[in-house]
Amino acid sequence: MTQQFYVSPEQLMKDRADFARKGIARGRSVVVISCADGIALVAENPSPSLHKIGEIYDKIAFAAVGKYNEFESLRQAGVRYADVRGYSYDREDVTARGLASVYAQSLGAVFTAEQKPFEVELAVAEVGPTQEEDHLYRLTFDGSIADEHSFVVMGGQAEKVSSAIEGGWRSTLSFSEAVRLALSGLAPAADSGESAKPMPARALEVAVLDRLSESTRGSRRAFRRLNDADITALLA
Amino acid sequence: MQESTANQVAANATSSFTEHLQRDRPELLPFSRSPQGAASAAAPLQVPHATTIVAMSYDGGVLMAGDRRATMGNIIASRHIEKVFPADRFSVLGIAGTAGIAIDLTRLFQVELEHYEKIEGTLLSLEGKANRLGAMIRGNLPLALQGLAVVPLFAGFDTSAGVGRLFSYDVTGGRYEEHEHHSVGSGSVFARGALKKLWRPNLTAAEALAVAVESLYDAADDDSATGGPDTVRQLWPVVYTVDSSGARRIPEAELAAAARNVIEARTIAGREA
Repeated sequence: MTQQFYVSPEQLMKDRADFARKGIARGRSVVVISCADGIALVAENPSPSLHKIGEIYDKIAFAAVGKYNEFESLRQAGVRYADVRGYSYDREDVTARGLASVYAQSLGAVFTAEQKPFEVELAVAEVGPTQEEDHLYRLTFDGSIADEHSFVVMGGQAEKVSSAIEGGWRSTLSFSEAVRLALSGLAPAADSGESAKPMPARALEVAVLDRLSESTRGSRRAFRRLNDADITALLA
Repeated sequence: MQESTANQVAANATSSFTEHLQRDRPELLPFSRSPQGAASAAAPLQVPHATTIVAMSYDGGVLMAGDRRATMGNIIASRHIEKVFPADRFSVLGIAGTAGIAIDLTRLFQVELEHYEKIEGTLLSLEGKANRLGAMIRGNLPLALQGLAVVPLFAGFDTSAGVGRLFSYDVTGGRYEEHEHHSVGSGSVFARGALKKLWRPNLTAAEALAVAVESLYDAADDDSATGGPDTVRQLWPVVYTVDSSGARRIPEAELAAAARNVIEARTIAGREA
């Protein structure tokens, strides 16, 4: 039997947090922007099938950075939570706040109790009938939860991207303006130093939550994933 | 040790909402609780029953229609009940039988399809959907044996084959693909007779609507449990079409026009049968 060394709780938590932060910083950034048309979710993601952005429920979407297996299991757990809740109560009883607090509790439990913390950062977005009723929650690896307004940036160069977006954000943005703004934040981060060149559509993952999906598409499901052609058209 | 963890993860990875409920929240399933010792065959439970559903293929898709009546013995339990529902973007289902269980099964089926789509990122194939529905009906078999049967009719657009298809079921979950047209419920024999005379290949969507409304009219004429078009309360059948662009509910105005056409034609003919 090897002797266990004493590690102070402060040190233990700090080591875990540093470990998680390092893992997250390696990934590329994801931007979630609330705008006049709804909520736009933009990720730099070269894979067309391994998504960082997903649909949770009628008005709720999910975005994540970090380790794919970890956030994918959280996404699936979120879909199950939302579907069970909507099935046993009613569809309108599924809220981003409830989901975010479940995520916060699971992330917190994993952070303190498991061998290693999750190396992920999540955003939960809910589109409302007006922009004031939009909800954006940011969840970090230790289970902290923050209620954000206007936009959320996560991932490697979060601070740089965030300052770029902060300058250009207005409440009256349309989807195409919001996605362009997100790209202006993401692109220079991708090739720092060089002149910012537009990212090709296939290197992007874009989805939106339509504010008026009932009247425009006849669907209560607001989530819409944009394919390469849609993205090119949106940015044209 | 590691292998067992991997096995556990694989065993827990399900894209089915029903399986998830069976494992974690079995009390939420519509067919989980069988009432103990209740409802012998001699004294069937008095609960609302949903009645006639008709479905048919037409040029480019499928159409499903249901009347608006639910009965409880000789009583009309509801004049407003809706028995045809969109299951997802490319399929609809209609239900006949015990209304309470059928509506819950429909809700479960809708969530099941949406759940799969969200977890997997792709739509289930039409065959896959039809099989899932069959499994749910089989799950209800213990209740069906006590007289609380549910018999659905499922129709959808097969996006890979580019055709509309129809599936019928029996209480044991047996799944049968139907061609041309089919009907279920108490008035189904009369509706089927009408469909045999009215249906022909390559109907347009508008003609198919007229055929559906007229066959339900005939069913209501001879079956007391099927409701006809109600001009006083402005109640018309619920009709959905599914084609390559998805499921669409026919608006009230079109249904009112179709129902009035049938009534007018019958009034002019002025015949007994």
